[in-house]
Amino acid sequence: MSLGSTVTSDHQLARLLQIGAVLEEVVEARAHRHYRSLDVGDQNPEVAALLEESAIESAAHRERLETLMDDLDAEPIGYEEIARLVEEHYGRTRPDDFDGVLYDQLCNEETAYKFYDDLIDAIEATDARFAVDRDHLLSVLRTIREEEAAGVEDVTQLMEFR
Amino acid sequence: MNTADQYLKAIYIVQRTEDGPAATGAIADALDVSPASANEMIGKLEQRDLADHEKYKGVRLTDEGVERAREVLQTYCIIERFLANVLEVEEFRNEARALEAVIDDIVAERLDTIIDRNPACPDCFNAETDACELLDVCQEHPAD
Repeated sequence: MSLGSTVTSDHQLARLLQIGAVLEEVVEARAHRHYRSLDVGDQNPEVAALLEESAIESAAHRERLETLMDDLDAEPIGYEEIARLVEEHYGRTRPDDFDGVLYDQLCNEETAYKFYDDLIDAIEATDARFAVDRDHLLSVLRTIREEEAAGVEDVTQLMEFR
Repeated sequence: MNTADQYLKAIYIVQRTEDGPAATGAIADALDVSPASANEMIGKLEQRDLADHEKYKGVRLTDEGVERAREVLQTYCIIERFLANVLEVEEFRNEARALEAVIDDIVAERLDTIIDRNPACPDCFNAETDACELLDVCQEHPAD
């Protein structure tokens, strides 16, 4: 049991970065899946553009996290494996319509924002030294967090517009 | 989950195991904190109407406390199941304990979209093995 939220070791940090990478993979795979299941491209170009942008951004975030994980000697989690799991469980969690897709995207962005926000807090709360440069680590995570915040705003605006 | 949540989860598990109020000492042992620290947090939980503390008997969660504790335990189960089944972490119990403070409920909910969690969760959580009874992994080596 570890009371209080701090990150104290390379191993723990690497595991959290792995979880972040999986979250990004889930966003990416679900965005592709929504696109296919609702014929979004033909029917709603704004939602289609949002999904495409979201998938591209998640892939970019994942790559940045994997670079950090590499410095910590941690293995990345293969995208294909997560895409397979998303596909396997999609029926249970699929949105019914475009509003549902937007809501799912909002949850994705908010979840990712919360994850990075908590992770940054936990790193800032410790004096532990990591194999990866602390300033660089925090800078990468803060940049990703800001992009997630912008993503929340984009989805919210589109929801209001509809 | 925050520190108060971790206390709620510990009290809930002790209460369930003992089938009665949770002794402060047992709560402190479960969280590896001093009895004084446990008493302080129990007081805070009482102020928030999440727990009732009766001298010489122990702590009992209120209905609201039980509801929150079950949500927290569910988040813990998701973390364990995710570590064991998706990341294939052998020491998933120890790692879940180390990570639970940093993983929020909404993050766990997203991870839940790719795992096979039983609808009965968290009733399938076995306090002795510190894992879900239905988790498809070896149960012989619970974390110490």
